[in-house]
Amino acid sequence: MTELSKTGAAMGEPTSSPSNAPDAFLAVRDLKVHFPTDDGLVKSVDGLSFEVEKGKTLCIVGESGSGKSVTSLAIMGLHRLGARGKNVQMSGEIWLDGQELVSADPDEVRRLRGREMAMIFQDPLSAMHPYYTVGNQIVEAYRVHHDVNKKTARKRAVEMLDRVGIPEPDKRVDNYPHEFSGGMRQRAMIAMALVNNPELLIADEPTTALDVTVQAQILDLIRDLQKEFGSAVILITHDLGVVAEIADDVLVMYGGRCVERGTVDDVFERPQHPYTWGLLGSMPRIDRETSERLIPVKGQPPSLINVPSGCAFHPRCPYADLPKGDVTRTVRPELQPVGSGHFSACHLSPEDRTRIWTEEIAPKL
Amino acid sequence: MSETNKTEAVKVGAAAASDEREVLLRVEGLQKHFPIRKGVLQRQVGAVKAVDGIDFEVRKGETLGVVGESGCGKSTMGRVITRLQDPTGGTIHFEGKDITRLNTAGMRPLRRDIQMIFQDPYGSLNPRHTIGGIVSAPFRLQGVEPEGGVKKEVQRLLELVGLSPEHYNRYPHEFSGGQRQRIGIARALALKPKLVVADEPVSALDVSIQAQVVNLMDDLQQELGLTYVIIAHDLSVVRHVSDRIAVMYLGKIVELADRTSLYEAPMHPYTKALMSAVPVPDPKRRGAKSERILLRGDVPSPISPPSGCRFHTRCWKATEVCRTTEPPLAELRPGQRVACHHPENFEDQQPQDTVLLSVAKEAAELVPTEEAAEADGSEENPEASATDDKK
Repeated sequence: MTELSKTGAAMGEPTSSPSNAPDAFLAVRDLKVHFPTDDGLVKSVDGLSFEVEKGKTLCIVGESGSGKSVTSLAIMGLHRLGARGKNVQMSGEIWLDGQELVSADPDEVRRLRGREMAMIFQDPLSAMHPYYTVGNQIVEAYRVHHDVNKKTARKRAVEMLDRVGIPEPDKRVDNYPHEFSGGMRQRAMIAMALVNNPELLIADEPTTALDVTVQAQILDLIRDLQKEFGSAVILITHDLGVVAEIADDVLVMYGGRCVERGTVDDVFERPQHPYTWGLLGSMPRIDRETSERLIPVKGQPPSLINVPSGCAFHPRCPYADLPKGDVTRTVRPELQPVGSGHFSACHLSPEDRTRIWTEEIAPKL
Repeated sequence: MSETNKTEAVKVGAAAASDEREVLLRVEGLQKHFPIRKGVLQRQVGAVKAVDGIDFEVRKGETLGVVGESGCGKSTMGRVITRLQDPTGGTIHFEGKDITRLNTAGMRPLRRDIQMIFQDPYGSLNPRHTIGGIVSAPFRLQGVEPEGGVKKEVQRLLELVGLSPEHYNRYPHEFSGGQRQRIGIARALALKPKLVVADEPVSALDVSIQAQVVNLMDDLQQELGLTYVIIAHDLSVVRHVSDRIAVMYLGKIVELADRTSLYEAPMHPYTKALMSAVPVPDPKRRGAKSERILLRGDVPSPISPPSGCRFHTRCWKATEVCRTTEPPLAELRPGQRVACHHPENFEDQQPQDTVLLSVAKEAAELVPTEEAAEADGSEENPEASATDDKK
């Protein structure tokens, strides 16, 4: 890892970064987030780059421990808060609308957080404060960034609750989080996140804790709101069904790195990485009659302390022996373009990949 | 496993109810109400009707899937049929024997035959016991001395579920979620049970690991001739593992059918809505979905469930009769039992009753295509109906 790691405690000056601001609305470049622990350095995110444009939805998929959530917290600047901040090493660049965030002053990031970028968490019950009414929490989020009186802010809160489909918002605004059902809580959290019209919305497993019927409601809501506000959305999930429903672009993470990135069609129609094949093969499908067995990925997800050498996926990859020599075990594959806007980090030759996908994997799905 | 059962179910047709396969478990009118007590005297003021009169049977060697939203009573049902909780009404027959009112001592010999796999692989293993201790517990409790000794048998079981026999002396925290779930499975299989009730066995696991465990359970069923009741909320998983599927809503079974009929021609509107809500991992289907039903609101409270058909507050086909009369779970098609007055894919049971309830018009949103969703993007709130109507 590079040694320009900054700890949260040592605040960098507003950026004088050598690279110029990118065109994309959000651009993440070579992001690394490492946590020193007694057992060793946990490389949760280890060199991740991607871009999201306004009005587009990027889905980040991967198993638990692949670094999805850490990435989102890093963009929000939440790793650098409080005691936790002393214990994280971050490097790389995060450009939001022309402003670099990794080296930015935490106060500056705080001004952006909530206003320019907002986040929805998986478990709305623990993400909301149980002692304050839902309305109070939305009002607070609004007044932090807007110089308005309580009455105006409250009106805004009711308006937002109404917008996300909470019935009788003028009464519900005075309820406590525990008085809401799971789906309504998630709606309220979306209302809270969107109260300042952020241009970037990060949703970390927003529907994992919900029933399918409610999940469908929430996904529809996120989609509608995105159309209305034109914001960029990053949605983190492990459910490829959700990805297929909502994503424009997909980023597949494994062991803290991106193994495949492309449009939703690229990733589902012509995936170019054995791990993506594994994910697709592991999923039981509701839309097809399959009496065949699922094709699981063998083995366990890697430890982020001792990430396997070479390609991190090689111990679980059924094709690791195909490339000549022991390149899969010694050389870490870089993301290579495999199509327009489609990237994959794999040592397999393009011919092999196409052959394996079309002949071996696709027919079994 | 499933291929043969499926064709059989279709072929047997009319005789499906009296399938030649022996009935292992028969449940009739099962109820589980949890009392709500209030005040100094702890007087009962109401009850959570978690399971409120369900009938089904499980045949030897089959897998019965149970699906439903959270709070529909599916987990309670699993705990009651394994007698981890006592039913408040109805009967449970296991191999023809009434086990509804058996006391602890009476149940003990049966515990060998009925085992359970739990959802949370973290909470269901005692962190202070070794894997050997956990998996050998059933032998100790039942006083069974397997051939070749307990340790050897435990190691054989560990191998059976894909773990290494060397794991015998390790502790649960040394294992990942998927491996822990395997340990739970090994423990459940130790005494060669006849019936295994699995409550959300894979929902806490990552997709790739989930597939490993699903395949493992599949293999074990074939190898050991197990009968499963699998409770899950994931309809794709349930479709993959089950021969027959029961759909529960607010403590009732609303539809019970073999897998093919249920997924290809669901009759209960709730089943239909539930299935149309499952995201399909195929981006091409995004716009092509012919009809998508978006239920509004949440499941009503099981403390005071709606009158008549419990789904009428969220159903887009609800009429007056649905509000007043509870539909019986009737076998409309061979092997497909449905509790609905106005089923889908079948002739109307109450054709004279055509006036829709006012809530029905707002109950669900039928989204024909993407474009339509776009068009009515702004009307989102008439959800009040679903939650507040019952009062």
